Amino acid sequence: MDDLLAARLQMAVSLGWHIVFACIGMTMPVLMAFSEWKWLRTQKQEYIDIAKAWSKGVAIFFAVGAVSGTVLSFELGLLFPGFMKHAGPIIGMPFSWEGTAFFVEAIALGVFLYGWDRLNKWAHWLSGVVVGISGVMSGIFVVAANAWMNSPAGFTWENGEATNIDPVAAMFNDAWFSQALHMTLAAFVATSFAVAGVHAFLLLKDRGNTFHRTAVRIALSFGAVAAFLQPISGDISAKDVAERQPAKLAALEALYHTSKPADLVIGGIPNEQEERVDYAIHVPGFLSFLAHGDFESEVIGLDQFPKSERPPVLITHIAFQIMVGIGFLLAFAGLLFLVFSARWKHLLSSTWWLTFIACLTPLGFIAVEAGWTVTEVGRQPWVIYGVMKTKDAVSPMPGLQYSFYTITTVYVLLTLILVWLMRRQIATIETYYPSARKKD
Amino acid sequence: MLQIIIIILGVSFILYTLLGGADFGAGIVETFAGRKGERTISKAIAPVWEANHVWLILAIVILFSGFPQVYAAISVALHIPLMVVLLGIVLRGSSFTFRHYDVTHDSSHKYYTFFFKVSSFVTPVFLGITLGAMILGKISLENTGSFYEQYIMPWFNVFCLSMGLFSAALFGYIAAVFLISEATYPIEQKRYTRLAKVFLLLTLAMGMLVFATAEAEDHHLSNAFFASRLSIAAFGIVVLLTPVIFYLFRHPDALKLRAAVSVHVTLVMLGWFAIQFPILVYERNGNHLTFYNTQAPYATLYQLVIALFVGLLLVLPSFYFLFKVFKKGDEQQLHS
Repeated sequence: MDDLLAARLQMAVSLGWHIVFACIGMTMPVLMAFSEWKWLRTQKQEYIDIAKAWSKGVAIFFAVGAVSGTVLSFELGLLFPGFMKHAGPIIGMPFSWEGTAFFVEAIALGVFLYGWDRLNKWAHWLSGVVVGISGVMSGIFVVAANAWMNSPAGFTWENGEATNIDPVAAMFNDAWFSQALHMTLAAFVATSFAVAGVHAFLLLKDRGNTFHRTAVRIALSFGAVAAFLQPISGDISAKDVAERQPAKLAALEALYHTSKPADLVIGGIPNEQEERVDYAIHVPGFLSFLAHGDFESEVIGLDQFPKSERPPVLITHIAFQIMVGIGFLLAFAGLLFLVFSARWKHLLSSTWWLTFIACLTPLGFIAVEAGWTVTEVGRQPWVIYGVMKTKDAVSPMPGLQYSFYTITTVYVLLTLILVWLMRRQIATIETYYPSARKKD
Repeated sequence: MLQIIIIILGVSFILYTLLGGADFGAGIVETFAGRKGERTISKAIAPVWEANHVWLILAIVILFSGFPQVYAAISVALHIPLMVVLLGIVLRGSSFTFRHYDVTHDSSHKYYTFFFKVSSFVTPVFLGITLGAMILGKISLENTGSFYEQYIMPWFNVFCLSMGLFSAALFGYIAAVFLISEATYPIEQKRYTRLAKVFLLLTLAMGMLVFATAEAEDHHLSNAFFASRLSIAAFGIVVLLTPVIFYLFRHPDALKLRAAVSVHVTLVMLGWFAIQFPILVYERNGNHLTFYNTQAPYATLYQLVIALFVGLLLVLPSFYFLFKVFKKGDEQQLHS
């Protein structure tokens, strides 16, 4: 394995792993604080039980997220020192704000997790709100750094050096808003549906369990709203990418030839040699509409870029299809939930609905991973779009594949332990929480 | 601007040593802490260790935004020890949390404890090795030598190893002192007092070893030490303070003892800063990476200072609140 590939794979594994915990860390505090608030208002046992049970899981995920985030802050340099040497002073600002937000989150979470009996009820709830806000903020800040890689701003690049550095302009780059919105919603969709799915699965085995029924309802309420908004945010992102990174748009749509109007290509397998997509569905003119809001407009294809500046089409296109496919499925599930809650409440406890929700458990996170693949692979061969190539940023140290093997082994093992540990935690719910024994 | 950032970097480094060091050290001390050790240690560090750990992240963020060349240089030359530090951080954090939150008690706890103890020791050792390698002067930033010369020799030597052992001993000392007042039973408190004494002596011995091995590696640390009045003063107070701390061990008073030890450790760090300042990395070819020749442009430093100030304004009171909440709770539990 060559060193560039090893470095890219190690970054992919580390980020792909961390992002799961980051999403959980952004979403769960909000869900916990909501459940605690319901308890403060209604004094119903199940709400406080759910908040407490969730907080035990969150403590574990947050710890793993904190340490895997530390790994990333070092790995940026360990793997791509050429990138950080130049990018550090430009995008240090969002990282320092992220650090601040994360600091507040870690402290407030300490208060929240260990302060159940030590604080006044509302003060405790407030600490949960602080965890939620700072968690979301830290995610939004760190996405600014990634957005800058897609939409570099706030510096002049001369003779391989960055000059005229303006960290504020770098942080408020053009891609930040659309990426941060898309990521935040994605975190809420993925985590909420995963939580709802697990509780739906448990509810199928123990129908009428108040604890699980309430947990499904809380998680789905958040997931449904976020999933319903996500396609709108996706549309904003698509138009943004079309304007700023036409090569990425062309790769994710597998548009080899500049077209006017351009078809939307759904599914299919890109054939990189022949430059066509096999077995795909074509929707005439629809890509022109999605990219520029006009069915007749021209969309730039990969033929406008030299071969050395094209992203890998196969991976990007397939990852994009997975993300969008799951996105629409979850938006549909969210819509059904909202309609059923308003008109046909009895359907929410039907076997088919709970089975459906249980089946959706991993999908949100698969979409998150696919989405990151789209944005990262779709930016290749650049690490800073149009400025620095990934191969020029990689560490000169030979043998990077051994770092990659080590990190991958450790993360795979920790994942297995985490799954096993969660199953053990779930098995004890009935013992610790009265509402999990209550039937109706 | 530069001065402010250097001060904040130094402060986060010292706070990480005191707070993060106590958490790592707890894992080292646990081996000798007897049956009740696990419970006391888990209870003491669970609410705070993640927040304490963020001081390291803060230092890294300051390093890569403020002094990017230093960050890039050590990332390349010290890739291997830094990877070990990272694995140690991941395994320590995960195994501690798994052990603390896994409600079912069975043989798995043995494995959590094993990984917690091993990684609590290995991580500070490799942190110390990394710091040692930065100042030893065997790092080459020109990619000309063999793999051994470029990536192993700079840190694989007796000086760096003694720096590693010194760090582990220091962390153990801080932890043992911290745990004296966290322990509930007098017999436990006695045990931690004894451990604190042993680790303090060990730290002093390792400190001397660092100076001795520096000479063996042809790095004239003692000369640099005697050339700096500040470091002579700092280490002088460290030496004078040592018997005072031994006196305080006789009738442990949590507040006084913790304050004295914090001063002790801070002075060690300050003395060391005084020796090194303003150099961050010594290169093999005689060049140095310093605060001055690697500093980021003014605009970056300015924004960094704003972010750090706002950050500290939010973080320090929250930290105070966090520690206060748990202190108060402990006292209430003792009285009830």
